[in-house]
Amino acid sequence: MKELRLMKGNEALAEAAIRAGADAYFGYPITPQSEVIEYLMAENPVERTGMVVLQAESEVAAINMVYGAAGCGKKAMTSSSSPGISLKMEGISYLAGAELPCLIVNVVRGGPGLGTIQPSQSDYFQAVKGGGHGDYKMIVLAPATVQETVDFVKLGFDLAFKYRTPVMILSDGIIGQMMEKVELFEQVPRSTEEPEWATVGKKPGREHVVVTSLQLQSEEQEKVNLRLQAKYREIEKKEVLYETYDCDDAEYLFAAFGSAARITRKAMEMARAKGIKVGLLRPQTLFPFPVEAFNKMADQVKGILTVEMNAGQMVEDVRLAVNGKTKVEHFGRFGGMIPSPDEILNALEQKIIGG
Amino acid sequence: MSENLIKPENLVYKKTEVLTDKVMHYCPGCGHGTAHRILAEVIDEMGIQGETIGVAPVGCSVLAYNYFSVDMTEAAHGRAPAVATGIKRVFPEKFVFTYQGDGDLAAIGTAETIHACNRGENILIVFINNGIYGMTGGQMAPTTLPGMKSSTSPRGRDVATMGNPLKMTELVAQLPGTYFVTRQAVHTPGNARKTKRAIKKAMEYQKLNKGTCLVEIVSNCNSGWKMTPVQANKWMEENMFPFYPLGDIKVPKE
Repeated sequence: MKELRLMKGNEALAEAAIRAGADAYFGYPITPQSEVIEYLMAENPVERTGMVVLQAESEVAAINMVYGAAGCGKKAMTSSSSPGISLKMEGISYLAGAELPCLIVNVVRGGPGLGTIQPSQSDYFQAVKGGGHGDYKMIVLAPATVQETVDFVKLGFDLAFKYRTPVMILSDGIIGQMMEKVELFEQVPRSTEEPEWATVGKKPGREHVVVTSLQLQSEEQEKVNLRLQAKYREIEKKEVLYETYDCDDAEYLFAAFGSAARITRKAMEMARAKGIKVGLLRPQTLFPFPVEAFNKMADQVKGILTVEMNAGQMVEDVRLAVNGKTKVEHFGRFGGMIPSPDEILNALEQKIIGG
Repeated sequence: MSENLIKPENLVYKKTEVLTDKVMHYCPGCGHGTAHRILAEVIDEMGIQGETIGVAPVGCSVLAYNYFSVDMTEAAHGRAPAVATGIKRVFPEKFVFTYQGDGDLAAIGTAETIHACNRGENILIVFINNGIYGMTGGQMAPTTLPGMKSSTSPRGRDVATMGNPLKMTELVAQLPGTYFVTRQAVHTPGNARKTKRAIKKAMEYQKLNKGTCLVEIVSNCNSGWKMTPVQANKWMEENMFPFYPLGDIKVPKE
């Protein structure tokens, strides 16, 4: 039954995991996402659906527990925040290499290092450009609301299994900590399927299954790389998601994802009130990136300003997408600071309109 | 000639079907082959081939999944007990084992080993201790003996600067989560039989959800130790066994 609730982002995420039919959650506490495991432990989903929850000894162990469970064909997930996600990067590379589906949530805080516990978007590069070693990609979903966080849990598991690849939800401390109205989807039953690639115990008459990312022969490893790249090209073709706001008559364009996009919408209203025709393109998937959409908008607008809670990361992908057709500038606050609509409007006027 | 001999009435021994026909890459004289066979025979004799999931480590036995005819996962270096935890938690009714060397289990994977044992995960950990990093070419391991030479302790392990060898097996035996902890060897038929009995016991305890069982096998590395296989076994008896004495370390209270 669909259900309306007022929920904190992290708790809604945890509830969505249970409802999405997740089989296992492995995590380790870190601010600002500890409510995920706290909610799961309180909710005790093993009694609701049979989903197991375990607090691991480290983020490293947690992602490797995910690897073990995912190799069994189960819907497994973990969540953490920036420093913890860095620790998981080894495991994420192995998951991508062994082509295992799983869901990883990063409720981003400011860095580098221990940084700050305040919200940030400074892990864009890490999420989108690899982070771990080797040529791999994750599908990266960037929610801007608690509702979207919930919906992306379900979508994330679906995409992970469709492509046998790790999927990351790149949230941030604002979305994780704030409360919003959310419509929860109905309980999805846990799957009883045993995929042929999963370690479920050797069946008579079939070869034993091996889950591995190791290929000692270069020819074989290149084949794996080519298969992965083909998968990523297919994802780029089929899975791009974005939203546009007031783009039809736009002479200028904002580009922002997640929390920054919410604040940017207020800046848009203020700009429109002053007679500045500005639209917003909000990528919902950061990989695959909405290259075509930006390229098309570049034919229409006089300039694009990316608004990010980092020192300028997505701006590089926007520049690549528009390929020099129009001016692209970046405005950001970071270290846990959140840009105000005034600052954003001012940056548009200084860097794009006046610049 | 040999074909004529293989008649049912002459057959006293055959390779278990839980081992594949793949030619092993291990050096002649290495204990891995025997340890693999013993573990495979136990799985065969218990009739649990279809219910067993193994986890291979990083190290010489990284390709163990090519030799065991059971579903297997290859873990990142040291992470096998965490991977096994993930498997066992979603499949509590299956038999799950890890097969790890000393570098994997006692250096980079110390945290995963101790915490899996402390949680009492119902898994079997087979720990091969040969006091050296074999696959990477003979570097110092956490279990390298004091004074023992390796490519990263060319003048012998100086405990003052390089630290002491770690007795992980004694360490995990202290934890409430472990149920059966033993140290064995496979260099003689008698030792191989004892090891097989230990592994069988461990698998039977796993069926009863008793907690973590760890079977250490003190083994040789004639390539890494730069000895002939015979010399290596002798050196192991004279040097490894006094420091890593064989026998049960923690046995269930009946």
